[in-house]
Amino acid sequence: MSNKLIDLVNITKIYDGVTVLDDLNLYIRENEFLTLLGPSGCGKTTTLRILGGFEHPDQGKVIFSGQDITQLAPNKRQLNTVFQKYALFPHMTIAENIAFGLKIKKKSRDYIKDKIRYALKLVNLEGYENRSPDSLSGGQQQRVAIARAIVNEPKVLLLDEPLGALDLKLRQDMQYELIRLKNELGITFIYVTHDQEEALTMSDTIVVMNQGYIQQIGTPEDIYNEPQNAFVADFIGDSNIIDGTMIQDKLVEILGARFQCVDVGFGNNQPVDVVIRPEDVELVSPAEGTIQGKVTHLIFKGVHYEMEVMAGGFEWLVHSTRLYPVGTDVGIRVDPFNIQIMNKPESEDEQAVMMDE
Amino acid sequence: MSKKQRLLSGPYLIWTVAFIVIPLLLIVYYGLTSAEGGFTLDNIAQMGRPENLKALWLALVLSVVSTLICLVMAYPLAMILSNMKFNANSFIVMIFIIPMWMNFLLRTLAWQTLLEKNGVINMALKFLHLPTLNIINTPYAIVLGMVYNFLPFMLLPIYNVLIKIDKNVVNAARDLGANSFQTFCKITFPLSLPGVISGITMVFVPSLTTFVISDLLGGSKILLIGNVIEQKFKQGNNWNVGSGLSLVLMVFILISMAIMQKYDKDGEGAAF
Amino acid sequence: MKKIIQRIYLIFIFVLLYAPILTLVVLSFNNSRTRAKWGGFTTKWYVSMFENSAIMDALYNTLLVGVLSAFIATLLGLTAAISINKMRRRSRTLVLGVINIPMLNAEIVTGISLMLVFIAVGNFLTQFGYTIQFGFWTVLAGHVTFNLPYVVMSILPKLKQVNMSTYEAALDLGASPMRAFFTVILPDIMPGVLSGFLLAFTLSLDDFVITHFVKGPGFETLSTKIYTEVRKGIKPEMYALSTLLFVSVLVLLLLVNVKPQKKRSGDTAVKF
Repeated sequence: MSNKLIDLVNITKIYDGVTVLDDLNLYIRENEFLTLLGPSGCGKTTTLRILGGFEHPDQGKVIFSGQDITQLAPNKRQLNTVFQKYALFPHMTIAENIAFGLKIKKKSRDYIKDKIRYALKLVNLEGYENRSPDSLSGGQQQRVAIARAIVNEPKVLLLDEPLGALDLKLRQDMQYELIRLKNELGITFIYVTHDQEEALTMSDTIVVMNQGYIQQIGTPEDIYNEPQNAFVADFIGDSNIIDGTMIQDKLVEILGARFQCVDVGFGNNQPVDVVIRPEDVELVSPAEGTIQGKVTHLIFKGVHYEMEVMAGGFEWLVHSTRLYPVGTDVGIRVDPFNIQIMNKPESEDEQAVMMDE
Repeated sequence: MSKKQRLLSGPYLIWTVAFIVIPLLLIVYYGLTSAEGGFTLDNIAQMGRPENLKALWLALVLSVVSTLICLVMAYPLAMILSNMKFNANSFIVMIFIIPMWMNFLLRTLAWQTLLEKNGVINMALKFLHLPTLNIINTPYAIVLGMVYNFLPFMLLPIYNVLIKIDKNVVNAARDLGANSFQTFCKITFPLSLPGVISGITMVFVPSLTTFVISDLLGGSKILLIGNVIEQKFKQGNNWNVGSGLSLVLMVFILISMAIMQKYDKDGEGAAF
Repeated sequence: MKKIIQRIYLIFIFVLLYAPILTLVVLSFNNSRTRAKWGGFTTKWYVSMFENSAIMDALYNTLLVGVLSAFIATLLGLTAAISINKMRRRSRTLVLGVINIPMLNAEIVTGISLMLVFIAVGNFLTQFGYTIQFGFWTVLAGHVTFNLPYVVMSILPKLKQVNMSTYEAALDLGASPMRAFFTVILPDIMPGVLSGFLLAFTLSLDDFVITHFVKGPGFETLSTKIYTEVRKGIKPEMYALSTLLFVSVLVLLLLVNVKPQKKRSGDTAVKF
């Protein structure tokens, strides 16, 4: 990955007295597929709209290739947006929709024609030139919206929950399609979603946001395996978040039992949050387990069984391919590498989120 | 349809036939017959008489002018209202519904007081050392009355179409490089066309056919086609000629309604 | 800067629409009998209007026709909207097209056609020794007819938004279709029904043209009374009465609108 393309510096945005973005700092590199991930109201869409030029921050700067574009109008920016619900021009054909940006730039007729053909081919919609947008399915409209944006050869494509309105199967197909497009075009994608799976599948970098703050920035693997706080752990996938005490380096006490772990530097006898993914909880015979319990719920989920195990006064969520019927006495064991230790949240916002959940 | 539903639709169907369809057919009947009852086209040919043609021409000119003025005034107003962050409904009720509670005739008559030689407006103009306005009892006053009375009919349909336009469609145009003027010409205006068309008919038809506004502000010297027809019924008792002239008038109305129908695909009249 | 221009434009429109109303309010306190001259402040017209039996009669007729025609039009419009909502596209377009005629057609043509139909029915009935008196009943029928489309247009959109599964849920839970309608659907569309009623009442009150053609001698509403007074000069009591009506409605609307405003902020399209 090369140098910084976009730099958001100390961005603050306030709507009607509510702080939507609070002193946000973020940079985006060239050719990156960056995803802004978070629950609704976390500020991800506002961030995207500030990038697109539809909103102006109350404080802070947007730097694009070294130039301050904070106050620049949307039509002067070298980035294009794929809007939530597509926003195709309903009174124009597909070809006219795609040609819109090029006609504004006064490109030649032949150039526009070529571009339309190229773009429709790219999104697998050859032959749809003269159809009207409302005769297309959601997935097809989505592709037109992408085609309309990319013919302008933007340096950055902004995508605002572009798959939100599609059904599950189509969404999965489009995810692969987007990755392919990004690789073919070689441009930067900034993608907004609340769907953690989408984010994990497609991104080079994920920015997890909540209540106007960035919670964590990292690769999908980092975010999933090493969540930095309880919010991220809880938002990305299922997890067991348990109060614990760090006895010393590499040893943590949870629910009265002591577990080996690999984390150091939390001090001695310090309260911490412990995160264990359900698939990392190993069920064994009671004697082999670090802590003992009883299976209380069992659901078949297709690829695995989902169980709840009551152990040490806590309901452990467990994913396993082996079946333990309800009522079985089991032991729980966790590989030290799979225990994630986190400091207790400091900000009230993080606390508030945990209370909500 | 079940029996009960048929029963439900009975009363209003009877009502619409009795008070809408049959009355219109009666106009056609009277318009195409002589006082003795025989078929004739004389009543329609009456429109060709110079005094009637003059009244029709003046009505057409004044209604086209006031429709244009209404459009030019209402479109920016609708845009301002549709972009308001807070709910613009109360403002619209204020300019559309509340004035109706002051009687239509009195409201219109009040312009006489305002426009008089020594009326409020001229006093204000004099105070500002501007030339005074002497438009009372002229066609200008009639146009003013039309604009004043029918402006809301232009505003509402345009406003209702504008607020339904997805803000992101407008944003998308900006995003693709169009400046605000290009965005307006290529996106906002074409998308608001159904509202504009329905607004035009909603203003044009009543302006073309009014006899009250010309009566009140034209000083009874200026006759529009509406006045001519009204006199045929209320003073001359010449229903056949009146109906014949109405038939001609309805041709204009039908044309504008047909245009509106073409643009209003929902069949609901974008106005309400 | 843009904001300021917008603000100024809104104020300009507001002044344009309310200047005549303000004029009338001022005239109602004018001690002079003619509107041309300011004769000092007085409230005497507000007392003497109650002694003027012609004005009081016209007020009574106006209000009675207004309430009754709005009520009948709402009932008819409700049944019409319900059955239109269930119709297939083609018959829906046809029925809506016919119902909308009085809204889109020229008022003068509607008035004339209604007058002709009442006369025709009258002629027909005289053969059997009955007569039709032009007056209350003909005016009422006319007002119901031109109110009908506005009521339907107020109710139909609300009916379209109704989630039919709540109706089916009510049936599923054992309610009869009648009961399910009254307990589930009617409360849902009530805002549309109420606004339709209020709009119909307002339009009826403000109507002149239709009434002018179908009223017959001896029956006056406020509008027709004002029209006959135009040549002789409007009686100051009429200004006083109109001001009183206007102000009381304004106060009523303010009272109704101040409280529930919070809840309603969701709707944006203006539907009366």
